[in-house]
Amino acid sequence: MDLQPIWLTLKLAAVTTLILLLVALPLAWWLSKKRSLAKIIIEAIITMPLVLPPSVLGFYLLLAFSPQRGLGHWLQQTFNVQFVFSFPGLVLASVIYSMPFMISPVKSAFQQLPASLSQASYTLGKTRWQTLWHVLLPNIKPSLLTAAVLTFAHTLGEFGVVLMIGGNIPGVTRVASIAVYDAVEQMNYTAANNYSLVLFAITFVMVLSVFIYNKYQAKSPLE
Amino acid sequence: MIAVDIEKKLKAHNGLQMLRIKKVFVPGSITRITGPSGAGKTTLLKMIAGLITPDSGSIKANSISWFEAAQNIDLSPQQRRVGFVFQDYALFPNMTVKQHLEYATNDAEWITRLLKTGGLDNFTGHKPNHLSGGQQQRLAILRALAIKPKLILMDEPFSALDLKMKSALIKDLQIIFTELGATTLIVSHNPQELDGVTGDELEIG
Repeated sequence: MDLQPIWLTLKLAAVTTLILLLVALPLAWWLSKKRSLAKIIIEAIITMPLVLPPSVLGFYLLLAFSPQRGLGHWLQQTFNVQFVFSFPGLVLASVIYSMPFMISPVKSAFQQLPASLSQASYTLGKTRWQTLWHVLLPNIKPSLLTAAVLTFAHTLGEFGVVLMIGGNIPGVTRVASIAVYDAVEQMNYTAANNYSLVLFAITFVMVLSVFIYNKYQAKSPLE
Repeated sequence: MIAVDIEKKLKAHNGLQMLRIKKVFVPGSITRITGPSGAGKTTLLKMIAGLITPDSGSIKANSISWFEAAQNIDLSPQQRRVGFVFQDYALFPNMTVKQHLEYATNDAEWITRLLKTGGLDNFTGHKPNHLSGGQQQRLAILRALAIKPKLILMDEPFSALDLKMKSALIKDLQIIFTELGATTLIVSHNPQELDGVTGDELEIG
């Protein structure tokens, strides 16, 4: 079995999860505070990948980042960066596609913390960032772990969106889910089964670990 | 001197009600705040601490404006540095007793003294969920005092303490309040709880 698609998938999932941890934490914190119309609109946009067919998202990303037009053309000319049919393109698509899986659990965890925790920290003279780092984040650890694992596992299973923007280039954009599809197309059911089993095993172990960890934290794994 | 002259609309079960407070708190005094549930006692403390914004009026501490609606002055809680004991304690579940105090101050001697005052010197490594209700409440008081505040706001600070612990702690706290030269406002439901401790009383509602 060619392991390259598996490694590429794991790399994509790890990079996506890392980027989303950095981007989504402050965003989820901001969204968890007082509601406003702007926040509701932003939250709706972030949630769209949950309900939108992945091929639709992939199609618009393909249009947006095509080197022949607008933004994609400008990125290529100015920074020599090409998102279409490249690994960075897969990362970008995965970050957008998996964002609700990171934002939602983290945001609801922030909302469940009593407001008095932040307030107590402020009265001790601590800034918002000190409060976030020392008080809020340590107290939502189970939800953070759940969000990171869900994001990672969800990225492992991406198909439509990565196929649209990345295509099927071995070693570059050919992730495991595409390798499964490709093998079935070629009637190579053994290879398809091998890739599928590896994906199934990895995701099952990850999700099971989170459920077990959260059981000892006395929290719902899907909180 | 803390001079409060503020108004705030509060949501009540029968619509909106207006909370109006005009009061001067003498430096070093201990004032007991009473009133029925929902009258706005906690809201008053939070407005003084800068955690809730009044609709109008002013709050001045020793001639420094903390809040002045007319001039758009509203100092943050970090700038006001008020010692605040929350009714729900607001302890940090991730921190031990000692870490709570270390988060507030670097003064190791002061931390040792506070731990002894609160009877928590044998529980320094315990997290809040391994403390009794009374110990949690004492930790909330010690954490508020850790920053050596000039104004201390306490929201039902002794409700979970037994009589013996309460009177011993209040005695020790009075010494600390005097040392700090702090003005103290204590919300209390129990009329006898602060007998002989408070010199002034503010009734709300």
